[in-house]
Amino acid sequence: MAGLTKRTSAFDDENLSGRSQKLYFEVTEEENYTYYGNHEVDFNKRISIDCEGINAHELNQKIRDSIRKGYGSIVIKNPGAKHSLGVGILNKLNLIFEGSLGYFGIGCIDGPTVRINGRVGWSCAENMMSGKVVVENNAGSCFGAALRGGDLICKGDAGARTGIDMKGGTILIGGNAGAYTGFMMQRGRIIVCGDVNANMGDSMYDGIIFVGGEPHSLGTDCVLGEMNEHEVRWLEQKIKNAEIDCKVPASKFKKYVAGRMLWNYDNLEPAEKKGILG
Amino acid sequence: MCGIAGVINRKKTVNVGEQMRLMLQGIKHRGPDSTGYAVYGKPKKDGFILRFKISENAAEKVNVKPEDPEVLEDRKKQVDLLMKEHGAKITKQSSSTPYAFRYEFTYKSENLEELAKAIETVEKTEILSIGKGLELIKDLGDATTVGEQYGLNKFMGTHGIGHTRMATESDVDIKSAHPYWAFPYQDVAVVHNGQLTNYWGNRRVLERSGYRFNSNCDSEIIAVYIADKMAKGIKLEQAMHDSLDELDGVFTYIVSTKDQLGMAKDHMAAKPMVIYEGEDVVACASEEVAIRNIFPHEIKTYDPYEAEVKVWQA
Repeated sequence: MAGLTKRTSAFDDENLSGRSQKLYFEVTEEENYTYYGNHEVDFNKRISIDCEGINAHELNQKIRDSIRKGYGSIVIKNPGAKHSLGVGILNKLNLIFEGSLGYFGIGCIDGPTVRINGRVGWSCAENMMSGKVVVENNAGSCFGAALRGGDLICKGDAGARTGIDMKGGTILIGGNAGAYTGFMMQRGRIIVCGDVNANMGDSMYDGIIFVGGEPHSLGTDCVLGEMNEHEVRWLEQKIKNAEIDCKVPASKFKKYVAGRMLWNYDNLEPAEKKGILG
Repeated sequence: MCGIAGVINRKKTVNVGEQMRLMLQGIKHRGPDSTGYAVYGKPKKDGFILRFKISENAAEKVNVKPEDPEVLEDRKKQVDLLMKEHGAKITKQSSSTPYAFRYEFTYKSENLEELAKAIETVEKTEILSIGKGLELIKDLGDATTVGEQYGLNKFMGTHGIGHTRMATESDVDIKSAHPYWAFPYQDVAVVHNGQLTNYWGNRRVLERSGYRFNSNCDSEIIAVYIADKMAKGIKLEQAMHDSLDELDGVFTYIVSTKDQLGMAKDHMAAKPMVIYEGEDVVACASEEVAIRNIFPHEIKTYDPYEAEVKVWQA
């Protein structure tokens, strides 16, 4: 464990000097970080909200009102795959959707634990800061785009560009992931228990992608890394916590990292850039 | 950003017009300019159904001048005369607007190219579709407006595709609205969401081969492209696979034939598509919210991956 940076708050206090794939997380890291300074809620206080006949704005307002009244567990019925549901929640909360979400679901959240008993459309949990999100079915493209923290779990398959531009946190896919998974990722971890389509990790700057199956092809500057014991234990724990029935043992996962050829890209000569981009 | 949708009911006939209206109304926000339907009724044993327009919809806020009713009447007479001269016998006719018509007719041949070309020699006349089951309707407004205008809420059939259009590269008018019929092949139609970047190059090649284009909308080329492939004896699914390599850009499109529904997604997977595959029904749309409008209960849906082609049978 030597060399690990202790995580103390919702925000990752990783020392960025030198930017590397060093271990900036712990096997025993606390789950469900919460954003401080918000409303005190009681998880035993439960309320249901029916989404039928109301729009996203009205639903999101109802969720906020319920949090203000101290409800810690909120069940959303009939979400009907509407867009932008449950966005901008900066509070500890147990939020359950009894159905599927459309695009931009639960974006910009910081703290809640969310369970979606259905599917999510494009850009689910975009810019999520902390908390835990579990999607029981499949996810659309751009799953966890620009993710900054927390655990984002999809038990089914995820679409293209999963974890695009992510800057922290963990994305865990129980099935397969689409093309350009980890595209331009800068930090954080992506775990895919199944296969990954073409150009995985294209132009990734840092971060790690763990794959249980096979990537169809690697993108520019994505290379095979070397798994260590610490990471195997961390993977085992993450997959177990997510209650995913992964057929591949953690020790058989492959690790992919940035080849760092794109670092200091702006300082490179045109011929060197061309060589990298092949 | 446009919205596309398709539904196919396996081995049964339902109110597919209403199914499509509900789906398209659910994605109205993706394109409020125009709505189009290509729906398939029970195929006619003898004869064909022709849908055509002889002018544009001169609605408010649209840069189209209304035309004199006498001019429209004259054009319709010219169409009737040309059909008669080419041996087509009109057995039934109706219209929902002064500029769009539905004919049922019999014809000496299954090859409709000569007849179609003749009809389109009439000024501002465009064939929207010819087929044994296909009826292609498109006009300005949302799905409910167009659906009610053309009486689609009672259209019984097996499958259909539709489109809600946000005009980005061409005008707000009927000729630029989707779906596009794969001229001159009966019962083939296409809807598309995306941009094709090698449109003009491909168009010049196809025009040199004798194909006609009625609009400057890049989506039209998909229908012509599919028609060209079919003319060469290539099957629909293979033609769709070929299109992924030969058409450049970001796109997702849906094609329908007399008994099939197919979808294709480009290599970048940049345009959305959600699919529900049930035992009796398959539905696909740009957004799940469209599918939810015909399946209010929980269903399992998924996104097709990049460069994926799927074809379903009625």
